[in-house]
Amino acid sequence: MAASPHTLSSRLLTGWVGGCVWYLERRAIQESPHKFMHLFRNVNKRWFTFQHFNFLRRMYVTQLNRCLSQQVKPKPEPVASPFLEKTSSCQDKAEIYEMRPLPPQSLSLSRKPNEKELIELESASIIEGSIDVEEETKDEKQWKEMKLHMDDLPGILARLSKIKLTALVVSTTSAGFALAPGPFDWPCFLLTSVGTGLASCAANSINQFFEVPFDSNMNRTKNRPLVRGQISPLLAMSFATCCAVPGVALLTCGVNPLTGALGVFNIFLYTCCYTPLKRISIANTWVGAIVGAIPPVMGWTAATGSLDAGAFLLGGILYSWQFPHFNALSWGLREDYSRGGYCMMSVTNPGLCRRVALRHCLALIGLSTAAPVLDVTTWAFPVVSLPINLYISYLGFRFYVDADRKSSRRLFFCSLWHLPLLLLLMLTCKQPPGVTHDKGDPPS
Amino acid sequence: MAALRPGRRALSPPLCRALAGRGRRLAPERGAERRDAAPNRVSRFCPPRKSCHDWIGPPDKYSNLRPVHFYIPENESPLEQKLRELRQETQEWNQQFWANQNLTFRKEKEEFIHSRLKAKGLALRAESGQKATLNAEEMADFYKEFLSKNFQKHMYYNRDWYKRNFAITFFMGKVALERIWNKLRRKQKKISN
Repeated sequence: MAASPHTLSSRLLTGWVGGCVWYLERRAIQESPHKFMHLFRNVNKRWFTFQHFNFLRRMYVTQLNRCLSQQVKPKPEPVASPFLEKTSSCQDKAEIYEMRPLPPQSLSLSRKPNEKELIELESASIIEGSIDVEEETKDEKQWKEMKLHMDDLPGILARLSKIKLTALVVSTTSAGFALAPGPFDWPCFLLTSVGTGLASCAANSINQFFEVPFDSNMNRTKNRPLVRGQISPLLAMSFATCCAVPGVALLTCGVNPLTGALGVFNIFLYTCCYTPLKRISIANTWVGAIVGAIPPVMGWTAATGSLDAGAFLLGGILYSWQFPHFNALSWGLREDYSRGGYCMMSVTNPGLCRRVALRHCLALIGLSTAAPVLDVTTWAFPVVSLPINLYISYLGFRFYVDADRKSSRRLFFCSLWHLPLLLLLMLTCKQPPGVTHDKGDPPS
Repeated sequence: MAALRPGRRALSPPLCRALAGRGRRLAPERGAERRDAAPNRVSRFCPPRKSCHDWIGPPDKYSNLRPVHFYIPENESPLEQKLRELRQETQEWNQQFWANQNLTFRKEKEEFIHSRLKAKGLALRAESGQKATLNAEEMADFYKEFLSKNFQKHMYYNRDWYKRNFAITFFMGKVALERIWNKLRRKQKKISN
């Protein structure tokens, strides 16, 4: 539900989890190959690969998606395709036959010279014809039947719901839940995570449903399921509804109405405000930042039942983080945005783009300092987080001054590890229970 | 959308290809008709006879959109026909818009590069024979200008696209319900027989 170009960041975040799982799973695979595990392995293989930071540095987001599409497990040829190939080879013969008026027996050496020339001319035209036919058959082989195979469905739905971005969103919600004061309630935590995950899947699916022709025209997004026709729009919307309804119901009834309301609001904000706004005004970036900020707030309200200052602080940190992350990413996509009609700061107002990124890097330092003031963390937190906050601010400053692709990439890749690390530090420096200042409600 | 009933293709593949072959010759004339529009390439693809689903092709060279070959079942209901025609029309409209958009972008980008290089006094090709290009910062002016120039066009397109997308999905839902209803009715008839 955060601004769309979070794909790589979500992979990195879940990469270390995926890495452990991949290792265990690889051992299991050697013992018992199972159909499901095979699919799981492919997914995890990607997660593990992305763990390597140098590998990440070489892979920019657009290249990453290209690699992914090349790593897709080769599917068994659909039943129709041998039929198609047979047809096309029949066609080859048919066309060649059409172009050769002379009977086959005429290819003996005891030919008269003019007939020989004729044969040569014909063989040239046959070759040309067969190249044409070859190109045609190559083109035809790329046509796929729009038939949904049940064993492809999990993979398709995972890509439709941007499962890795969803995983990132759920992890920020979990961080919000864990940072909230009060005893850690496991059932509530699980319900919140599942509910938020479902809501995020729904929002992402609806976003993809709206953006099919635009996604087709951008390198980063051209392999999405709706673009490739792997699933129909009707099915995509049905899936979105089947995720949204239980997800919101789970949050409202299983957790509390406030969290449910925030979930619905976030789905609405992402699908009906952010998505269309992307093509209307640069304000979409700010709206998208709010979308990214709400999940940790939801985690907090799930734990405490109220919107405390701590919730706003966490939301503020996520909100500020979105700007260096997204603005740096969008710097390298200006051509695609311009051609596709997307209104982004990097295209319309490059100076503003860099200023805002730097501004929010500095804001992160301020927000980290406010954390102990609001009793969310101890005073150790601003101290230990200062190095990474200063580093990202430095890169933000470099981006502001240099305004080139190199500095934008460095800032983007820094933001990928900066957020998980910052959240981790917050968790380790969480204010222990019972230590409160005069202000602030007692934990519920 | 895939049809659930088995059906036969109206034309056998060899005949279809022969017609398409003629279609290939027709294409340049068609293209000439719409010279300001992007060249409209006739799809020469014919799905196999036994298939009763739609087929989707590789991305178009100009519009980057994947063309869909719609399956026409034998006993197509009026609703299904309406849906298919809507999808066909939307596909053509989309292909037209994006092919135009991409070609215009490419053309204007070339012109911009030429004019800038000329202003700088540089040749269009370096001594090594490689095409001279501008760096990203110089291109930024072009991107900004192109985006603002096409803003209104995109507004109209967005509005129309959203309308069509919703209409298609709505009709898909109606067709799906119709098919379920027909299936249930047939089952009931079988049971009563």
